[in-house]
Amino acid sequence: MLSRVAENLYWYGRYLERAEDLGRLINVNGHLMLDLPRKMAPGWAPLIRITGSQSLFDELFDDNGERQVVRFLLAEPRHSGSVLSCLNLARENLRAARDLLPREVWEQTNDLCLTAQAQLAGNLSKRRRQEFIDLMIRRCQQLIGMLSDIMSHDYAWDFILLGRYHERADMTTRILDVRSAHLLRGVDDIKPFDQLQWMSVLKSLTAYQMYRRHVRLRVRGPDVLRFLLGNPLFPRSVVFCLEAMAERLEGLPEHEDTLVAVGRLKRLMDQADPEVLVQGQLSEFLDRIQLELIGIGESITQTWFRVQPSE
Amino acid sequence: MRYDLVTSAGGKALSKTPLNRLDWTYQSGFCDELIGPRGRPRPASRRLWKYLKKLDRDELLERRDACEVAALVAGITFRVYHDAGSADRAMPFDLIPRIIPLNEWQRISAGLEQRVTALNLFINDLYGEQRIIQDGIFPADILAGSANFREQCRGIRPRYGVWAHICGSDLVRDADGTMYVLEDNLRVPSGVSYMLENRQVMKRVFPELFEDIDIQPVDDYPARLFDMLASLSPRPADYPVVAVLTPGQYNSAYFEHAWLAQQMGVELVEGRDLVVPDDDCVYMRTIHGLRQVDVIYRRIDDAFLDPEVFRKDSLLGVPGLMRAWRAGHVGLANAPGAGVADDKVVYSYVPEIIRYYLDQDALIPNVPTWRCSIQAELDHVLANIDQLVVKPANESGGYGMLIGPHASRTEHAQFKRLIKADPRNYIAQPTLAISTCPTLYGTQIAPRHVDLRPFILSSDQHYVTTGGLTRVAMRAGSLVVNSSQGGGSKDTWIVDTDSGSEN
Repeated sequence: MLSRVAENLYWYGRYLERAEDLGRLINVNGHLMLDLPRKMAPGWAPLIRITGSQSLFDELFDDNGERQVVRFLLAEPRHSGSVLSCLNLARENLRAARDLLPREVWEQTNDLCLTAQAQLAGNLSKRRRQEFIDLMIRRCQQLIGMLSDIMSHDYAWDFILLGRYHERADMTTRILDVRSAHLLRGVDDIKPFDQLQWMSVLKSLTAYQMYRRHVRLRVRGPDVLRFLLGNPLFPRSVVFCLEAMAERLEGLPEHEDTLVAVGRLKRLMDQADPEVLVQGQLSEFLDRIQLELIGIGESITQTWFRVQPSE
Repeated sequence: MRYDLVTSAGGKALSKTPLNRLDWTYQSGFCDELIGPRGRPRPASRRLWKYLKKLDRDELLERRDACEVAALVAGITFRVYHDAGSADRAMPFDLIPRIIPLNEWQRISAGLEQRVTALNLFINDLYGEQRIIQDGIFPADILAGSANFREQCRGIRPRYGVWAHICGSDLVRDADGTMYVLEDNLRVPSGVSYMLENRQVMKRVFPELFEDIDIQPVDDYPARLFDMLASLSPRPADYPVVAVLTPGQYNSAYFEHAWLAQQMGVELVEGRDLVVPDDDCVYMRTIHGLRQVDVIYRRIDDAFLDPEVFRKDSLLGVPGLMRAWRAGHVGLANAPGAGVADDKVVYSYVPEIIRYYLDQDALIPNVPTWRCSIQAELDHVLANIDQLVVKPANESGGYGMLIGPHASRTEHAQFKRLIKADPRNYIAQPTLAISTCPTLYGTQIAPRHVDLRPFILSSDQHYVTTGGLTRVAMRAGSLVVNSSQGGGSKDTWIVDTDSGSEN
């Protein structure tokens, strides 16, 4: 398989996942804003920090109100991290590799882009916004389901999944970082609204129900962290993503360096103690994970996408 | 697009009423490919015509819709540049085929082989000793003024002496029925994928016709193309690694590049996928590391092929590709510089070229051509510009030409200025009464002008496609058949009339 095509597929997986994750984040923040008393509400600004696009946002908008932030994250074409841009980028990446995938996958991806362009064109009421996001998430999941069921699980599949889980691990840590920042300042985590906010962290990652099943306790900060970072069975936890990446990597040629990098991050995760992390080291720890994830990305790029003649 | 195929076919109660009858009185006013001068179908078209006439309007439209859906599903598209925001467009397809009797086609096919053989000898000579210039047959100043002559290719001897491995020649039929070669495309001729996809569509929509009529198959082109490319491999003992080099998905012919790669089972690569290290071999970057490429079917123009040698600003090309080719480490089809012979001024010398190298007369004639580089012919062109078709020497795709009888006085004056400023760059030809073919227009059968582009493969042997791509000017009276300018296409049938019992 050509390196360029592999790279396209990897980014197809990443952009599809990013669009989906952003959609969840916007939805959940909307709910949280409805539940919390106005003076306690974190507002919409944290979402911009999650996507690391504060300066572009400041350039484009004067006000970080709901309408502006949501437009920026959902529909702003000048923001390469908006849901609309992610879907377009997913499609453009797939275009060059479409011959490798079943025809329906191209058609569905194309259709999803066109639907998003049409629905995000005008002003969005809260209700329509949520409808769109729900639809978009469902369609992204349909696509992955379709791929899983009708395409050969060959290298092309490996690269799509590698991108998908890499992006998910990245987004999970970003969401944790931003969402928990002001939660950790208060030590007493049985305050009713803190619990509500930790619940929203779980919900951003569609983890609430599964958390309740696995943890069976009231929602506590350290338990939430332990679940989202280290639960081996929940498919959005960082450890699960890393395991899934390792599984894909093992099938690829020349995978040693990247697999070692993933293994190093897994060990780092194993050594973490959430009870300690909530005392104030979480942000630092998440930064380390982020750096390791960037390192894994570089290793993937160097190994498969930037093949150079040896000197 | 219509998806209501079931409902439109469901209107059976209406069929056979006068309203639902098609008007089959057909008058072309030109030489017609299917219908003879007295309005009766030509022998090779009889069965088709009889079959079509049995269909009522709904049945015919239903088949047209089925063709459209089949084409869309197959994703037969090309990309148009200058429309706002460039987009994939379906190539208009007409369901009434164009038919050529087998015995006529055999003569044309032999003529094409002859022509391409001579052209390859000519190109090889120009980049070698230039005997044809020394012998005074071909003027040195025409070569000096050629935009497609590549000095960098002097002295290179490609395998078999062949430079134009894939040639697409455009043929037209004049009023008296003579087939002429209108031009030769020796750089990156396109259209063959439409030829093959059109046949697939027709087989799906009219299976009964293919059972009944002896239509020669066309499907072996991709296999022949692969064999030809493989024969250029510098490592003939191994199974050769072949790649199609495309400028990328925004190129108007990207569909065809991807299609050909898929049909041949080879990689579709872009310039950035390839690298030429110091060992002067070409490698592609794969997830298994670098893999050597033996033969490249390049669909990028010379100028963009290698920034080390040609345009330095090319981002599409492969730095070092010419190095590798010159060293004999990679086969390139078509060879860089082959375009020197598809210059329209060079075209006018082809009959002489055939005589010089092969000592034969051309089997397919050229359209009479005035060369503006010669004073007497220039005077004739300027005096009769309203009667002539004027073409720039190095353009293709129907761009930058003047159709005298259809143009305004202002345009005539403008072209006279252009010609006088650069006579070497222009030729003129009489306006031919190009033949027509019955074409479904709305709900009517109407004559539309057609041409024919067969494809000729050359290496140690020749292969000519069975027929070719028939392009049709979809607008009434229009002579412009290029897909970039709104032309469509038809399936082309080479029909053996001797094998059937009826004819």
